[in-house]
Amino acid sequence: MAAALIALRGIVVREILRFVHQRSRFLGALVRPLIWLLVFAAGFRAALGISITPPYQTYITYETYIVPGLVGMIQLFNGMQSSLSMVYDREMGSMRVLLTSPLPRWWLLSCKLLAGTVVSILQVYAFLLIARAFGIVTPEWGLLAVLPALVASGMMLGALGLLLSSLIRQLENFAGVMNFVVFPLFFCSSALYPLWKMRESSVLLYHVCSLNPFTHAVELIRHALYLQVNAPALGWTLLAAAVFMALAVVGYDPARALMRRKAEAG
Amino acid sequence: MADAVLTLRSLSFAYGARKALDDVSFTVPRGRVTVLLGPNGAGKSTLMTLIAGLLAPPLGTITVLGHDMARAPRRALAQTGIVFQQPTLDLDLTVAQNLRVFAALHGLGRRIAEPRIAEELARLEMAERAGDTVRTLNGGHRRRVEIARALLHRPTLLLLDEPTVGLDVPTRARLVDHVHALARDEGLAVLWTTHLIDEVDTAADQVVVLHRGRVRAAAPVAEILCATGAADLSAAFARLTDDGDEDAGGSGQGPPGRQAPPPALAVVRGAP
Repeated sequence: MAAALIALRGIVVREILRFVHQRSRFLGALVRPLIWLLVFAAGFRAALGISITPPYQTYITYETYIVPGLVGMIQLFNGMQSSLSMVYDREMGSMRVLLTSPLPRWWLLSCKLLAGTVVSILQVYAFLLIARAFGIVTPEWGLLAVLPALVASGMMLGALGLLLSSLIRQLENFAGVMNFVVFPLFFCSSALYPLWKMRESSVLLYHVCSLNPFTHAVELIRHALYLQVNAPALGWTLLAAAVFMALAVVGYDPARALMRRKAEAG
Repeated sequence: MADAVLTLRSLSFAYGARKALDDVSFTVPRGRVTVLLGPNGAGKSTLMTLIAGLLAPPLGTITVLGHDMARAPRRALAQTGIVFQQPTLDLDLTVAQNLRVFAALHGLGRRIAEPRIAEELARLEMAERAGDTVRTLNGGHRRRVEIARALLHRPTLLLLDEPTVGLDVPTRARLVDHVHALARDEGLAVLWTTHLIDEVDTAADQVVVLHRGRVRAAAPVAEILCATGAADLSAAFARLTDDGDEDAGGSGQGPPGRQAPPPALAVVRGAP
């Protein structure tokens, strides 16, 4: 038991150290949502009015509306990026070091996920503080209340990334993941517009958005930022995390990946 | 053998239709270096990857101190230190940080890990580089860090998969000396793969010649020389890995009926 926790700490510390050294990754992680917030949202502010919708008690600006969605976006990109690094690690060999540890594989992969989530949370808080500096203010206690929500959503999105990385053979295919996974997840969600707006345009799309686990992650974060618990969103997020994780542990079989590569090489 | 740490028995392994290892058996004893010698493509890396538990279990058995790799992989891995062929250090982390992460993966807390890190680095003459990022180290020093790392959890068996690839001659010689000293002084069982004959200590090492997935010889150098009638190890190696013209037609798969040449050498070293 103690050994498992020591390993967890070691893996988390490694991810944080690596993250600290990759300044461009940190900048990229911050610039992306800030452009959406400060440019895109400013442009859309006039076009899109948001009426009172939970958890908001009053009319809000569009910038305020999309903050939780952008928090979700940070975690979505981070989840994909950590799994990208796992594909890379697998080829570079440091994944071999991880997998020759005498601890159960499911535990090692869970530690990897949690480590990625911790890194995404650091990015999220940096973003929320900058947003505050630009006058987009959420309740102070919300910054604390959102922490467990961020752990749940981060684990869910990380598990999704892990699942994808177990299915992807080469790094090149990751561009495809951005097009076929990240963008659909992001746009078919409540990140940029409330779902009732979507229903006005297309009932089918509305249903797609309602099933999207990313929608639930964003709503969980949105409510937590305003000190509310959205129970259905929490349930769906945890359920999706468990399913993705289970599939990923089954799918992430290094033996199979090595076999395939050798068979192709030979 | 009583002092065998690693025992391989009748290992066969294939990548799909391509056979990589065929009926491989030998033991790696405590306190000395066993050099797994073979040309490129002989199956050395496949064998190392199997012993590290990273491939699907093969036919046959791998045991480390009696722990079966297929049935109790975690116990076997706890006794095994591995230096992989490809670099596996985090370049942006310092030497000490890399070692700490590894110690944590083996469940070693700070109180145990810190003195061991200092000790292993000192032994490999790397103590003063502990605070340097790995990116600033040359290839030989990076290898030494990987060896120090592989020893942190005090394994009984040390695997090194072509550890000298890409190193210059003096660095290579020092690394070979270091590892021989480890086997001699610490009683480690070392399995070292290479295709370079000059890395063998002809007086002390056991040599396993692997060619086309089959063991052609497994014995101390003197016995191999005696059996092949060769003057030195490189002549013996050439003889053992020479397929001759008669095999030219059957390249690749290897006809099933073909025996390893000279039959006397197909025998693993007998009891002393």
